[in-house]
Amino acid sequence: MEGRLTGWGRTAPTTARICAPTTAAEARDAVRAAGERGTLARGLGRSYGDAAQNAGGTVLDMTALARVLALDLEQGLVTCEAGVSLDRLMRLLLPFGWFVPVTPGTRYVTVGGAVGADIHGKNHHVSGSFGRHVTRMRLLTAGGEEVEVAPGEELFDATTGGMGLTGVILDATIRLLPVATSLMSVDTERAADLDDLMQRLEATDHRYRYSVAWIDLVARGAATGRAVLTRGDHATLDALTPRQRLDPLAFRPRSLPPAPRGIPGGLLRTATVGAFNELWYRRAPRDRRGQLQRIGAFFHPLDGVPEWNRVYGPGGFLQYQFVVPYGREAALRSIVEQLSRHGCPSFLAVLKRFGEGGPGWLSFPMPGWTLALDLPASVPGLGPLLDRLDEQVLAAGGRVYLAKDSRMRPQTLAAMYPGLADFRALRERIDPRGVFTSDLARRLAL
Amino acid sequence: MMNALGDPQSLLVLGGSSEIGLATARRLVGSRVEVVHLAGRPSPALDAAAAELRALGAQVHVHDFDARAVDTHETVLGKIFAEGDIDVALLAFGVLGDQERDEREPLAAAAVAQVNYLGAVTSGLLCAQALRRQGHGALVVLSSVAGERARRSNFIYGSTKAGLDAFAQGLGDSLHGSGARVMVVRPGFVRTRMTEGLPEAPLATTAEAVAEAVVGGLRRGSETVWVPGALRFVMSGLRHLPRAVFRRLPV
Repeated sequence: MEGRLTGWGRTAPTTARICAPTTAAEARDAVRAAGERGTLARGLGRSYGDAAQNAGGTVLDMTALARVLALDLEQGLVTCEAGVSLDRLMRLLLPFGWFVPVTPGTRYVTVGGAVGADIHGKNHHVSGSFGRHVTRMRLLTAGGEEVEVAPGEELFDATTGGMGLTGVILDATIRLLPVATSLMSVDTERAADLDDLMQRLEATDHRYRYSVAWIDLVARGAATGRAVLTRGDHATLDALTPRQRLDPLAFRPRSLPPAPRGIPGGLLRTATVGAFNELWYRRAPRDRRGQLQRIGAFFHPLDGVPEWNRVYGPGGFLQYQFVVPYGREAALRSIVEQLSRHGCPSFLAVLKRFGEGGPGWLSFPMPGWTLALDLPASVPGLGPLLDRLDEQVLAAGGRVYLAKDSRMRPQTLAAMYPGLADFRALRERIDPRGVFTSDLARRLAL
Repeated sequence: MMNALGDPQSLLVLGGSSEIGLATARRLVGSRVEVVHLAGRPSPALDAAAAELRALGAQVHVHDFDARAVDTHETVLGKIFAEGDIDVALLAFGVLGDQERDEREPLAAAAVAQVNYLGAVTSGLLCAQALRRQGHGALVVLSSVAGERARRSNFIYGSTKAGLDAFAQGLGDSLHGSGARVMVVRPGFVRTRMTEGLPEAPLATTAEAVAEAVVGGLRRGSETVWVPGALRFVMSGLRHLPRAVFRRLPV
């Protein structure tokens, strides 16, 4: 079936033949049958840019390859096929007192995608990225063979963060996190500006397993970078009310009806977004400790509105996420100021401190500050602005996240990822015909 | 690949010495384009265009291409597309002819139709096929307001553009859902070598303005672009004028 595909940002659509293997054998046949424009695995399409598209080639919709193969409730290990979503794992595992080791801002990502992008969450400063919790994987190579890979091996490290370009992940074993309840104990506080925010994060982040700050980039002047910090951990049993204790591991996430189709572009202007951000900042508690929140509300607030990406209209949007190392706070400050000055109508941006990076060759996280923000693609002058920011991120020794990118220059990317040369060489060696490719790979010459 | 902001990385200009083609290439090289294929008849203007784009940092390939030699189009375009994906193909060739002479010499009139229409049909179809195989890309066709309604003073040229315009619209519809698309550009009177010495029509524009409109249209994903934009409304009025009135207009 021919299908038009985009990433979550709904920009730069291309067309590919889509097939949905339901077994590893079908996936193998599809890879062997790939034509000269190659093939690529796609999960739930939550990468913002063109990472899960393959113009003119084949795209393997992996969401049908979604069986849970083994569950070890003693050790906390789950083995599942690549198309299993984190939402499914949470629903399955929480009743047994286990939680996924890393969750991004949405539950609707597949295990294969989580490995391919080596995703991170609010606990990166404690737990690292997703790849750190994978104990083994089965990978389908360009020749159609299945290989087992384990941490420390070249192919494993190239695959975590490898954006699906080293092969098709068939299944993986993940080490889980034990939890006593399905609620989160959350501390919320407000920061008046960027300096205040950075100070608070630096001083007390280590006390929390999960930490993130929502930051207002529309506010100007003294309020630039004002923020709400939400930090917390899984609640212990004794933090629950007697009623909650009856079913401490309940997980029944609710969602509103999906955002309608056909929302026109241009609704999200600086004025509307500014008003929203203002409201949101005012309604956040100044300082509140130990509030109990559901997992959905704490980790995945946007999952409450399915298809929320439609609010940006037909022009779509992009997300810009970068990291700059500790010690380069000046670069971060300067970038925040430039974004604010440009008048970008950015809904709450997210600032977080990363811990140690992982061994993935193209893995994004490194010790430093990471900022992520959504921007409508129609913002005037956006291209040149982000190109300038890329240069500043690079000069500060930082990098931009591939799973979010939809517009970078290939040369800038290569300078940001020192592992890219090895990555290219490995692909040349194990996949000389270029069976695995994507629009992202073509655009950035990965 | 076209990025999220509508900036392509590779460009093919058919009619490589066209001023509008060069102005567009210059702008695109300024954003993301790194590879430019210039296809045209060998000429000093073509070499100069290539040199200028190289000086801007682009990797430029020059190909011998003659719009009139329709039987060579498959070979020439096949070679170009075999070298890598083309994100934007700009069909920029065309001749104005000389209305008075062409009316006297039907073979000269046929030559105008050969370049503007026949040459565009073969090369347009070949580009569309290649873009369809790629699963992405835009074919930009330089039409003209002259094709919107044929005028007494240049109906030979106008009729070739009318045919081209209809062809390009249909081609665009045939590509719907393929990932590739066609953008029709309808400039008014453009001050270039081609129109040198001719009396200027109202709302005259420049090659630079057309190039800017092309780049903007690619960013927005437009299907039709008028240059200047006001011509869209002017032409929509003119289109509905009765023949007897239209004939008497001093245009």
